Amino acid sequence: MKKTQLWKSVFRVKHDRTDTRTRSLAVLSNVFLHLHPTRVNRDAVRYSYTWGMGGISAYLFLVLLFTGALLMFYYHPTKFQAYRDILYLEHDVPFGRLLRNMHRWGAHLMVITVWLHMLRVVLTGAYKKPREFNWVVGVGLLVLTLLLSFTGYLLPDDQLGFWAVTVGTNMARATPLVGHEGPFGPQLGMTPFNDVRFGLLGGSVVDSNALLRAYVWHCIGIPVILLLLLGVHFWRVRKDGGISGPAPLLLDSEMKD
Amino acid sequence: MDFGQIREILSAPDNVPILGLLGGVAFFLWYGLRQARAMDRLAVQLEADPALAKTHHRKTHPHDDAWEPEVLVWPHLLKVEFLAAIIVTVLLLVWSLALNAPLEEPANPNQTMNPAKAPWYFVGLQELLVYFDPWFAGVVLPLLIVIGLMLFPYLDASPLGTGYYTLRQRKVVLVSFGAGFAIWLAAIVVGTFIRGPGWMWFWPGETWDHTRQVFEKTRDLPAALGPVPVIAFYLLAGWLIHKFVTRTELDRRIYARTSRLQYLTFQFFAITLLIGVPLKIFLRLAFRIKYVWVTPWFNL
Ligand code: HEM
Repeated sequence: MKKTQLWKSVFRVKHDRTDTRTRSLAVLSNVFLHLHPTRVNRDAVRYSYTWGMGGISAYLFLVLLFTGALLMFYYHPTKFQAYRDILYLEHDVPFGRLLRNMHRWGAHLMVITVWLHMLRVVLTGAYKKPREFNWVVGVGLLVLTLLLSFTGYLLPDDQLGFWAVTVGTNMARATPLVGHEGPFGPQLGMTPFNDVRFGLLGGSVVDSNALLRAYVWHCIGIPVILLLLLGVHFWRVRKDGGISGPAPLLLDSEMKD
Repeated sequence: MDFGQIREILSAPDNVPILGLLGGVAFFLWYGLRQARAMDRLAVQLEADPALAKTHHRKTHPHDDAWEPEVLVWPHLLKVEFLAAIIVTVLLLVWSLALNAPLEEPANPNQTMNPAKAPWYFVGLQELLVYFDPWFAGVVLPLLIVIGLMLFPYLDASPLGTGYYTLRQRKVVLVSFGAGFAIWLAAIVVGTFIRGPGWMWFWPGETWDHTRQVFEKTRDLPAALGPVPVIAFYLLAGWLIHKFVTRTELDRRIYARTSRLQYLTFQFFAITLLIGVPLKIFLRLAFRIKYVWVTPWFNL
């Protein structure tokens, strides 16, 4: 079987060998695995350093893409159908409730793991030179993760999401300069019908346009931007010389003044 | 006493992740700081013994010169990742089987939810609406937080503690970040577990009373003072922070490496976010002070 042309055309490496060269090639010649280098610092594979939180966040994001795509088969972003679709998912679609639950709790879990990842990066000083910019990319990822959760909250079109988003976007009214209740907003001609909140909701109240906008941002806009940033994030981890540690201790007396 | 109310809040499926977050932060803080303490002990030992410092591998992990410094990603890293993916998948499956995502009545603009709460990770901002006007709590403050976070690496001028856990070498930075993180967590906890109908304060053990009225009169600092209290606060807080930043010999050496621009930027964010925000919350809760600076265009 492994001698067939078909097999060899797919897997270029003989995986049954365990020598260093073969094992390096296994990583190098695989499009998914080659995010990784072929070797890493022996202490860097300990979970005690990274807690695995970056990787777990990325994995959860994949789970969310997958469950989210399945949910999209059953969901229509219209005032008429959205709520019914959720009921349908919960009561009639095989494993529909499990699917919805996994998407929901996966999202919450991802918010938690991203924060823990950030905490780890702070505690290990991993944002310092030369990784400052990757931290900035990370902050972008954090904001996008939160916005992703927030836009998803409205989609079931129930009281919970409706009022949460109403409360949330009401703050946008008060944006300085571009909100109709914000400092200097009225002076610049802002009204409930042309300010930044109107732009977010596609209307002056949370209604069908807001549902559609939330849907498009949630399913296309934000995930696409997040994936782009994630690509940059991983690329930079490699380009900045792999993860930052565990690095040898630098003594106070060795710091140049 | 009626603990049914708090039990109800605690067991709302959407609030369970908060307990997960708090538990996770507590555990990993302990876990990280334990490694930091080990590293700090090693630092003391090596500072005292220059000969040892030359030969020591300078980590707290087991070490043998005969070991290869690097290991192959396949299998050593990939197996850990694979295992983590399985554990997370099982955890998520169990969680999703045990707890159902909430679904309330269909959205109804005519029937206000009271209290209407943002999802828990944003409830901190909603809590801040009590203490600041919406343009500040909802727009300026989040922007400042995000910008402050993005600038964070550029304000830390110390090369010490890159790539390992340590507390001693990075006290100022860790205390600053920790303070911000703690404020954020506290606002989430108060917003979720304490606030009831009308966004009023209900201690655990109190029952939500939808008819409760608050006849609290808030007051402002005199408008005639203008920006004086705010300016005075910035100067005083800046001075206090400066004391803290230049407390020890090591702190002063790090301070000497910090440029004027870096330092002033750090001061601005530290004063505004880490001292100003909690102080204003305190003024409001303790003295019912609503605005500290009143102008015809905006109030702060
Ligand atoms: C969607 C969210 C995110 C994902 C999926 C992600 C993923 C990762 C992964 C897989 C790594 C490799 C090391 C590790 O696992 O710890 C990493 C490293 C890093 N991340 Fe993130 N990250 C995210 C958000 C963030 C955030 C919010 C920050 C900070 C504000 C951040 C800053 C960094 C930095 C500075 C590194 C380099 C760490 C080092 O070299 O030790 N990331 N990230």
